[in-house]
Amino acid sequence: MNRPIVTMKNVSFSYGNKRILDNIQFEIPRRKFMGLVGPNGGGKTTMIKLILGLLEPDEGEIKLFDTPIGKFQEREKIGFVSQKANSFNRDFPATVFEVVSTGLTAKLGYLRFLKKKHKSKIVKALEMVDMVDYLDENIGNLSGGQQQRIFIARALVNEPELLILDEPTVGIDEANVKRFYELLHQLNTEQNITLLLVTHDTGIMTEYATDIVYLNKTLHFHGNPEEYSSLSDEELSKFYGHRVMAITHDA
Amino acid sequence: MLADFLQYDFLRYTFYTGILIGIIAPLLGTFIVVRRLSLIADALSHVTLAGIAFGLMVEKLFIITFPPIYSGMVFSVIGSIFIEKLRTVYRSFQELAIPIILSAGVGLSVIFISVANGFNTDLFGYLFGSVSAVGRNDFILIFIIFFIVVTIVVLFYKELFTLSFDEEYATISGIHTKRIHLLFIVLTSLVIAASMRIVGVLLVSALMTLPVAAAMRIAKGFKQMVFLSVLFGEISVIIGIITGYYLNIPPGGTIVMIAVLILLAAIPYKQRRKSISEVRDA
Repeated sequence: MNRPIVTMKNVSFSYGNKRILDNIQFEIPRRKFMGLVGPNGGGKTTMIKLILGLLEPDEGEIKLFDTPIGKFQEREKIGFVSQKANSFNRDFPATVFEVVSTGLTAKLGYLRFLKKKHKSKIVKALEMVDMVDYLDENIGNLSGGQQQRIFIARALVNEPELLILDEPTVGIDEANVKRFYELLHQLNTEQNITLLLVTHDTGIMTEYATDIVYLNKTLHFHGNPEEYSSLSDEELSKFYGHRVMAITHDA
Repeated sequence: MLADFLQYDFLRYTFYTGILIGIIAPLLGTFIVVRRLSLIADALSHVTLAGIAFGLMVEKLFIITFPPIYSGMVFSVIGSIFIEKLRTVYRSFQELAIPIILSAGVGLSVIFISVANGFNTDLFGYLFGSVSAVGRNDFILIFIIFFIVVTIVVLFYKELFTLSFDEEYATISGIHTKRIHLLFIVLTSLVIAASMRIVGVLLVSALMTLPVAAAMRIAKGFKQMVFLSVLFGEISVIIGIITGYYLNIPPGGTIVMIAVLILLAAIPYKQRRKSISEVRDA
């Protein structure tokens, strides 16, 4: 069965009078590595919030795993990683193990405790991001890139089928950004995790993503990276609403 | 040195109560501090004072026995619910809830004290704590509070920790953050009411924050910080009560000063650890 994980049909959303998303038709098929790009204020974060159920659309329908979002119960199938490396309080006294364990809190439910099998899940998630040696380390002592891996492990601990990442590389230096994308690529190809990544790194993105979606209030483009790279500056400018020039990163 | 504490009932109950609050005040304090809500304890303690003043006023006006710890507790719990409400009203200025509740508490206290034309009872004891203030009934009530607080923190530890570490993530993952938060702040208000007789209104927040501030310098993880906070709280309370008694000083003062000494000893600790890791990285 290869039904899409997320389906959005005629979805619109406004903050007050300001329309942020207009008539979005969108699908995330399984096993894709989808890059979501577009200008600031173009509605990328709003779209993610709609998928996570933090906002409700004004119009249209959203389905997750073929279930209307209002009836969807298995939240742990969707993992989320935010810009934490930038905003997180480095002095918070928590070990890597403790941070990753918070990923299991909601799934375990009230009045249940972490057992051995949960602990081995935490270790496995840390192995996947290559950070298992830091299990007992204080999270504040790690670098931004390492912290971001820990937050991915927290999302992976529930074995999600879809992982949503909202600008996860903000505040991470260039060398580690590449390592980060390699990790995502590996999760996508080896663990079959579907990825939706909001990013501004359009250069490096085109090397790893299977699909690129361009959002500015409406979906302007949905295609593979080759098609996206071949867009002329004129076409891109039309999407942005002002003049832009594409800059490619040479690896 | 401990002989008097074993011999006299009033000292024994004070000592036992001290041991209990030495556990629960820093235990809740760890969550309060990491969530940057340290001043909430202060606001609630002043509301508790209003409750105590109310109880004393009722006792004096109607000439009945009315243990003020009960009215203190009720005021504290109501105050905690108000703080939660105010924090949602002033979403971008959440700390505003604290001065509002704090000044309302002091204002009410002044009114109640004046209406009763001053008190016969020693109000000083409520402000700075007293070694002879805990009777058998108070002790039983405080023991019940202790039991409830420890049980709830153990049962909801993972939710409380998840919420404290990352509230946004806790909400997204489907934890009822509002309910957990309300539960937590009500517990805090109970602990403050329970600690009042020993450390006093003005110093109760110190017992919730100073041991945590010291533990934070040393602990690597959160659980370790909880244990160290309780350990430091316990040391402060026990030494503080005993010295307070022998030196004839209200125990609030001695307990807090021991906690300050522990904190001063702990502050250099992290710098040393950091410099070691800097050397290693270099």
